[in-house]
Amino acid sequence: MYRYIVRRILLMVPTLIGAAALVFFLMRLIPGDICQVRLGAEAGSFSQQALADCHAALGLDRPIWVQFFDFVWKFCHLDLGISMWSGKPVTDEIAARFPISLEVAIGATLIAVAIAIPLGTISALKQNSWADLFARSFAISGIAAPSFWLGIIALLAVLNVTQIIGGRPWMPPIDYVPLWRDPIRNLSIVILPAATVGYRYAAVVARMTRSAMLEVLREDYIRTARAKGLLHRVIINRHALKNAMLPVVTVIGIEFAFLIGGLVVTEQVFNLNGIGRLLVQAVQNQDYTLTQGIVMLVVTIFILTNLVVDIVYAWLDPRIRYR
Amino acid sequence: MTMAAPDNALAPVTDELATVRRALPARVLRFVRRQPLGTIGLVLVVVVTLIGISADWIAPYDPTANDFAAMTQPPSWAHLLGTDQFGRDLLSRIIYGARTAVVVGLSASMIGGFIGLVLGVASAYFGGRIDLLVQRALDVLMAFPLIIMALAVVAIFGTGVQNVIIAITIPLIPRCARVVRSNALSIREVPYIDSARTCGFSHARIILRHMVPNVVAPFLIMLTAFVGQAILAEAALSYLGLGVQEPVPDWGLMLQGGAEEYATTAPWIAVFPGLAIMLTVFGVNIFGDALRDVLDPKLRDR
Repeated sequence: MYRYIVRRILLMVPTLIGAAALVFFLMRLIPGDICQVRLGAEAGSFSQQALADCHAALGLDRPIWVQFFDFVWKFCHLDLGISMWSGKPVTDEIAARFPISLEVAIGATLIAVAIAIPLGTISALKQNSWADLFARSFAISGIAAPSFWLGIIALLAVLNVTQIIGGRPWMPPIDYVPLWRDPIRNLSIVILPAATVGYRYAAVVARMTRSAMLEVLREDYIRTARAKGLLHRVIINRHALKNAMLPVVTVIGIEFAFLIGGLVVTEQVFNLNGIGRLLVQAVQNQDYTLTQGIVMLVVTIFILTNLVVDIVYAWLDPRIRYR
Repeated sequence: MTMAAPDNALAPVTDELATVRRALPARVLRFVRRQPLGTIGLVLVVVVTLIGISADWIAPYDPTANDFAAMTQPPSWAHLLGTDQFGRDLLSRIIYGARTAVVVGLSASMIGGFIGLVLGVASAYFGGRIDLLVQRALDVLMAFPLIIMALAVVAIFGTGVQNVIIAITIPLIPRCARVVRSNALSIREVPYIDSARTCGFSHARIILRHMVPNVVAPFLIMLTAFVGQAILAEAALSYLGLGVQEPVPDWGLMLQGGAEEYATTAPWIAVFPGLAIMLTVFGVNIFGDALRDVLDPKLRDR
């Protein structure tokens, strides 16, 4: 097991280097650069000398390979450099925006798990009943509805309902406060985005739970458990659900990993200043260091989440042995 | 007499072939009877496609024509789904939007699926160092945020339908390749691949003629899922301003402009385009589920 984990961590290295190369060269393929964006915004027209000075100040006049190795070398020392746009350390920029995205992602996961696992289980136990039909339509609608549209509709509903009740429309506050400082204000910001993202998430997990449960319920050991007269509740909780959870855990993990990099649209709808919008701004400003920093963070989280999922898998099912 | 024998012997075979061919409508009928939900999905997909194709004839208004005398009008007989903040007829825009959605959804999933299929099968077939290399490259694409890819594609090539398709296609490739590879790995070990190799067939022939047909079932199931995902991704990118640009009628784009601004005064602007997206993807997905049940008997009743 330990050898497996070490090997997986070693396998992260080529993926990270590949992602680093991809973002590095992709950013430099975009016509123009940060100096042109900045000087153009300040003055409209600018001299070649000013452009050269700006390049020299940001280290963009060095050969491209030197720049690349510098970036990779610093990343190995967990140094993401300084944002070319704001001049502040990239880690500070990310630290300011990351909590809200993480909170929405975790909130969405909690909502999804709380809805999906009971729903999927009931759906499988009462296969082809009305409850099953309801659960399946709920799930398939969640996959079909664009989450940003659900967000718009949710905001629309809140605006209209508060207008009718209170006489004036209420919008969730925009400026983020940490959960421990003002829980109510924090939750009023986070709950709607988490719910709209969570619905899709719940739909995916519920479908997986249902199909995994259906498979497990046909196993011989479930028949044996029934035959020896075990309580229905015990069979479901101890025997069926525990075994059905394996693929479900994988789906929860994979969706979570995608979520961190995929919150951009939701953040746009709800005006949240999260990591997704920071990424869009960074690319639009052609801020190479900040973009690279965020992409490396997202990729690292993605790979680590997948690793954790595989380890949890082995822990849940002792039959699985990684070599 | 001896010359006639082969003809007679062949007759039943050709008859059988003919029945197989004739059986296609019968097989469709069977699908309709066994998979009522899947049929609804198929009908939805076909209807949306037909709407997209015949938009020029069935749309009641020009989708890009502003009418400042009829701005943010609620649904009425003149404008069945109402008008937006520029007085454009929402129904006409949704009808034309079907065209964009179908074109992007189908082409992105087909191209991404095909490249993923070839990469996945080839990776499994050659194994060894090639497999390792392809897998690492796919890992990178898989972990890379879609939005960065889209932003970069738009920044490098500009916005437009083709570039949206490129941006959506790229992340579909690794997902497809991974599933296809795991299916193809088991096929690589069967004796007929060995015998094909012994016969001296080329790699391309073995891959295309002997391996690909065996992974078609999981591939088709995945392809239908991709169509839905591609339509959703296109809507999201256009909503962010990274996809199709005004004045092209597009469902995602329709949600961008006035949707939030007119939330209390003209909610229909936000509601209808989203419903169109949802219905289309819903149709694609339930059709995909039914296809899975038919093509993969192991998964039946799940």
